[in-house]
Amino acid sequence: MFKVKVFVTLRESVLDPQGEAVKSSLHSLNYPEISDVRIGKYMELHLEKTDREIKEVVHEMCGRLLANTVIEDYRFEVEEVVAQ
Amino acid sequence: MRFAVIVFPGSNCDIDMYHAIKDELGEEVEYVSHDADSLEEFDAILLPGGFSYGDYLRSGAIARFSNVMKEVIKAASAGKPILGVCNGFQILLEAGLLPGAMRRNESLKFICRNVELKVENNETMFTAAYNQDEVICIPIAHGEGNYFCDEKTLQAMRERKQIVFTYHGENPNGSYENIAGITNERGNVLGMMPHPERAVDSLLGGADGLRLFQSMVKNWRESYVVKA
Repeated sequence: MFKVKVFVTLRESVLDPQGEAVKSSLHSLNYPEISDVRIGKYMELHLEKTDREIKEVVHEMCGRLLANTVIEDYRFEVEEVVAQ
Repeated sequence: MRFAVIVFPGSNCDIDMYHAIKDELGEEVEYVSHDADSLEEFDAILLPGGFSYGDYLRSGAIARFSNVMKEVIKAASAGKPILGVCNGFQILLEAGLLPGAMRRNESLKFICRNVELKVENNETMFTAAYNQDEVICIPIAHGEGNYFCDEKTLQAMRERKQIVFTYHGENPNGSYENIAGITNERGNVLGMMPHPERAVDSLLGGADGLRLFQSMVKNWRESYVVKA
């Protein structure tokens, strides 16, 4: 059994209007040290072991559905968990 | 001419679309469910606006895998006219039938008002009834209409005259190069954020959208009926 944490954010080259709004809000709260804010999505997947390599499967899922690679980047962390 | 209006869970402009075709255009139209297996009997396919699957994950991301979308892709490659409006446009982008992607509006606000559009290409099956560079008035109603594509895609679309509508004057949502509507390379799939089906009756504020549907009918008659 695997637990996979998927992080999806807008690509660096794509303006993130939500991130910009939060950045200016943090500035107004007197955190001038903030230089950039990117807002993204966090997803947790729980998968059974199959014959296929886990990373290959998750890459495929991200490419097909979880991220839109025209505007988004993704990364993920795989954790093997022992079934209770 | 027989039109299909695809109804996804969460579509909410399907009734306006149906009304525009049936009552204002005077052509045949039917609602078709998102899980339908065939679109064979239809001459044109309309993907209406709304919030299919609650806009979960991304607008259009889940609808794009609906059963009926296999048939929409098949119809697109057969050259049938396909129009996606608003959420319908987002679904066509997610399905890869049109290039690019949608981002949140620059203002982060949902915008619902009339806008001016410039007809950038009147030599398509959707715009033949407009004049080149004509400015028309059509309503928008969206939170994610901020179109994006890379530079290379933009150049390719320009060369092939795929950019059909741009926002005239003020850009309401931050969309790249004021893009409001684009076609695929072949020119038989049009996606646009503004709602032509909401501008089909001057009693209700304007009829500039009606000519888009009239263009589709005229093109279809010329291609199929006259030759037959």
